[in-house]
Amino acid sequence: MAETVSASIMKPDLFKFSMRNLKLKTKQQELLTRFAILLFVYVLAFVVRLFSVLRYESMIHEFDPYFNYRTTVYLTENGFYDFWNWFDFESWYPLGRIIGGTLYPGLMVTAASIYRLLRFLSFAVHIREVCVLTAPFFASNTTLVAYFFGKELWDSGAGLVAAALIAICPGYISRSVAGSYDNEGVAIFALLLTFFLFVKAVNTGSLAWSLASAFAYFYMVSAWGGYIFIINLIPLYVLVLLITGRYSMRLYIAYNSMYILGMLLAMQIRFVGFQHVQSGEHMAAMGVFFLMQVFYFVDWIKYLLNDTKLFQAFLRVTVTCAVAVGGLALGVGMASGYISPWTGRFYSLLDPTYAKDHIPIIASVSEHQPTAWSSFMFDYHILLILFPAGLYYCFKRLSDATIFIVLYGLTSLYFAGVMVRLILVATPAVCLISAIAVSASLKNLTTLGLLDSSLPFQRDGAIALLMAAFFLLSRYVIHCTWVTSEAYSSPSIVLAARGAHGGRVIFDDYREAYFWLRENTPPDAKVMSWWDYGYQITAMGNRTVIVDNNTWNNTHIATVGRAMSSYEHEAYEIMQSLDVDYVLVVFGGVTGYSSDDINKFLWMVRIGGGVFPVIKESDYLVNGEYRVDKGAAPKMLNCLMYKLCYYRFGELHTEYGRPSGWDRARGVEIGNKDVKLEYLEEAYTTSNWIIRIYKVKPPSNSHRISV
Amino acid sequence: MGTRDVLVFVLLSILSASALSDLVILKCDRRIDLRTHIVRVSTSLKVENIGPAGVSEFLLTVPNFQAQNLAYLMASSYEGHGKSKGSVVNLSANLVQRDGMPPDITVYSVSLPKELGKGESLTFDILSVFTHSLKPFPEEITQADIQLVVYQDGAYYLSPYEVKVQSLSVQAPSPRVEFYTKLPNVKLVDSEIKYGPYDNLPPFSFTPIIVHFENNRPFAVVKKLVREIEISHWGNVQVTEHYCLVHGGARNKGGFSRKYRIEYQARPDIRGAASFRHLTARLPPRAHSIYYRDQIGNISTSNLWADSRKTELRIEPRYPLFGGWKTDFTIGYGLPLQDFLFESEGKLVLNFSFGCPIDEVVIDNLVVKAGTSTSKLQVVLPEGSKDMFAHIPFDTNQRGEVKFSHLDFFGRPVVVLEKENVVPEHNQHFQVYYKFNCLSMLQEPLMLISGFFLFFIACIVFKHMDISISKSSSAYIAKLQWDEVIMK
Repeated sequence: MAETVSASIMKPDLFKFSMRNLKLKTKQQELLTRFAILLFVYVLAFVVRLFSVLRYESMIHEFDPYFNYRTTVYLTENGFYDFWNWFDFESWYPLGRIIGGTLYPGLMVTAASIYRLLRFLSFAVHIREVCVLTAPFFASNTTLVAYFFGKELWDSGAGLVAAALIAICPGYISRSVAGSYDNEGVAIFALLLTFFLFVKAVNTGSLAWSLASAFAYFYMVSAWGGYIFIINLIPLYVLVLLITGRYSMRLYIAYNSMYILGMLLAMQIRFVGFQHVQSGEHMAAMGVFFLMQVFYFVDWIKYLLNDTKLFQAFLRVTVTCAVAVGGLALGVGMASGYISPWTGRFYSLLDPTYAKDHIPIIASVSEHQPTAWSSFMFDYHILLILFPAGLYYCFKRLSDATIFIVLYGLTSLYFAGVMVRLILVATPAVCLISAIAVSASLKNLTTLGLLDSSLPFQRDGAIALLMAAFFLLSRYVIHCTWVTSEAYSSPSIVLAARGAHGGRVIFDDYREAYFWLRENTPPDAKVMSWWDYGYQITAMGNRTVIVDNNTWNNTHIATVGRAMSSYEHEAYEIMQSLDVDYVLVVFGGVTGYSSDDINKFLWMVRIGGGVFPVIKESDYLVNGEYRVDKGAAPKMLNCLMYKLCYYRFGELHTEYGRPSGWDRARGVEIGNKDVKLEYLEEAYTTSNWIIRIYKVKPPSNSHRISV
Repeated sequence: MGTRDVLVFVLLSILSASALSDLVILKCDRRIDLRTHIVRVSTSLKVENIGPAGVSEFLLTVPNFQAQNLAYLMASSYEGHGKSKGSVVNLSANLVQRDGMPPDITVYSVSLPKELGKGESLTFDILSVFTHSLKPFPEEITQADIQLVVYQDGAYYLSPYEVKVQSLSVQAPSPRVEFYTKLPNVKLVDSEIKYGPYDNLPPFSFTPIIVHFENNRPFAVVKKLVREIEISHWGNVQVTEHYCLVHGGARNKGGFSRKYRIEYQARPDIRGAASFRHLTARLPPRAHSIYYRDQIGNISTSNLWADSRKTELRIEPRYPLFGGWKTDFTIGYGLPLQDFLFESEGKLVLNFSFGCPIDEVVIDNLVVKAGTSTSKLQVVLPEGSKDMFAHIPFDTNQRGEVKFSHLDFFGRPVVVLEKENVVPEHNQHFQVYYKFNCLSMLQEPLMLISGFFLFFIACIVFKHMDISISKSSSAYIAKLQWDEVIMK
């Protein structure tokens, strides 16, 4: 008995002793929890983007990433200087393209450095794997930046929520899934980092932070053309601070050092060059820079004068002079052509209807369309409701930092409404502002529910609201996961569909055709296709293309559009003048794949007609209606694109119970079933007819003799 | 062929007077198998020594135009006499230079199992395998045409010895033989052309024959094959095979149409009969982690059947291969180490098959793995292996390399074996012997552990280091205060 009693006495003591040793202090506990949550979010942001690898394979997605991948491979194989001086003969035949001077090298250099580092650490990875995982890796890093930014704006709670929200927000995932090896993948990280460091610099007035933000800006400039947004938003923010009377020495240090150094660094990127001092889009930043100097000067005079009346007079003179000098400089610069006017792309951002009327090539891109409400809902889900709430909190506790995030949120949301792809830029702001709403509300609710109980039902009400918030947030998680797995993880090179028996059917026609081109055509063959497929043909098919997704020469694209919309013999002359050996078209009539060349055809007509007035859109329409069946316009039924798509299709039965030549993508029986080709011959058609390749016949000898 | 063979023939008739030795071939039966695009000639010979001295070597002569395509030559005799055939004895056949031979002839010497005394006789078989010997004629066909090929050989067995009785049979794949050289004593039975028997022909007798016939078998030619066998002592043999595959038959002309393909799928005898869609690879049993891809990604059209005895992988290239079309792809798979690695006399032995696993007619008649022009085989041994050498049952080029892979410091030793003109008959086992200290296995995990350890140490040191320049700045004081708050 004695034994047991003593043991029972001893036990609590031992327990107490060990617990006291292990127990962390509250602050340490909090730190540990915070660190654990952040680590979890970091891993989550990476893992959620791997759906595409699991569903399909580790591959590069879509169109532009193939160019980035090709250049990255070139960079790793030939080194930086060759990459910088690379003149690419394989695209834009016969013009070629100076790759080094016409791209943002940030992404490629980043991936190549990661690759080199891993190789140095003796991990024998393939460059493709590095490229595929670059975007998820940077998305993870973005969550860290979001945490620190949230902490800077509000508190560490808001930071954690912001990190969690941005980790799975579909608006960001859409551009950063594994395989989506595009500039945006690293650019959003750089954008948010620049903003965070700048806000930090404004808050502290520290030179170190503003220099850091200048370097982050440099990285952003090297990575994506969206840096224009930064170089206009930051001056706007400074201007707002000046107007609201929040000018301070901290702001002066932060902006000036960031602007000067950032500008000098940005000039090192060849594609950007001297735009910071020469282009209209960058002039706002310069204007604000001079305004700051005037402000500082006026402040100094005010301090020296110590006389209100004199100062008022002085102020009037200085402001008039400054405005006059600035206006004159701008006017002279514009008139002499030293400062270039705003580009069409910039205009189309400010005015959504501009591109539709003036630049069909921008308007034809699906990601440049104005955003529908449904895609806001799709990409933001509950953040759409939380965003105004967050704005309310921001206004309630106005500071330099919250003014920034409000400005960022409002401007970027406007641009997101103009173009679908710019939802991406608004996402960090929406997440941060929503995080403030979530964090502040939850904090209020917990205080109300747990500590203070002065009102009846207050506790129950608060708990109910907490439950509701939990429900909303879990819906958000479910929605994000679903959207990621269903909508944003498709590589769009490989198409998947459900078969008749519920099994997954894979249409791998794109790669089938590109690999056929790569292996079975002469190495110097020139392939003509619509520009959408240019990057893929050069990267996967390794053949020269006439036009590609870098739409720098509108006339060249219009020439291809003209060839596609002309009669065969006219098109043959154009193709001969461009040395075309093969023509590639995408055709969805057999599978019902709707984003094919017939559906894109009107844009080819429009873009071709924009440069060559011979091509008239009305020739291809019947009473303003676009059709391919018997009632189609005669020019439509005999143009090259129609012939190439429907060659021999009239003999084919695609669907049970339908006549032959039934186009499943458009649901009609085609109008011209007896397509004869005179100058081209079918070279290859993929197993589901999605890609059809034709060989351009050499000029016939008999013709020359008869002449 | 014409002038060259006539020249040979003229030279031969001049030399025929002088017999080289005292051997006489009593009986010679030749069978030429033309059913696939690999030509297999099996010859059974009965030889007698009529001279006074003993003879221990037998000379095989092959015209040069055939010798350059000769991929495999094997002579074997049977212990014992008559019908009761005992165990097979392989005889070594070596390329030799002999004076007094006509210039357009390549000579191989076969050493007989025992010296043949006066009046003694011996029966043995010779199997020779030729690649690229069926020439498509016409050289270009359309998608809808059948493929016709031409084969040339001699009607008589080319030998430096007198041949008493001989016969030849040529086996075509189908009864559709367009043309064959008409000689006395020749007849076409079903799909077999029989020449002979011919009696008492002097040495170096030669009469060219031509057979022109339909052959729609896939002319699968692997231009270059690199097999990499990587051994990991953690229990895995990783095999990676890079193929560069070409359809070596008549070139396709006049474009390609899916319309035909659809008809072809329903009635393969009519349209595109000369093309092929898939190949079958017979992998060793218990193969796992199998993949099939090319430079631009995974190829989704493959099927796998596996049981305890075999693993059968049916691969379909991205597109059907027509004449002259080519494709590249890579197959990789892992194998359990204990099936292939053994220990003998303090050394480790890897026992692995040399040829490629893509199979011939055994399983699927459509699938024929042809002569690989250049076959490169790399055996990658683990880091720290020493004293390696390879033992192969036939001639190959052998050299050493070093490969760097995951977490390598010195690199992994590689034994590279190269061989041209490989046919399925080369699918024999070879051995690589090497020494390996098992402690080397721990090198990589230890490296990782120490790497992480150093990283954490660096973090801790960094955390405890004071790197601020100014000790009096407000930021520094704020940091000190913050640290104090944290510690409380």
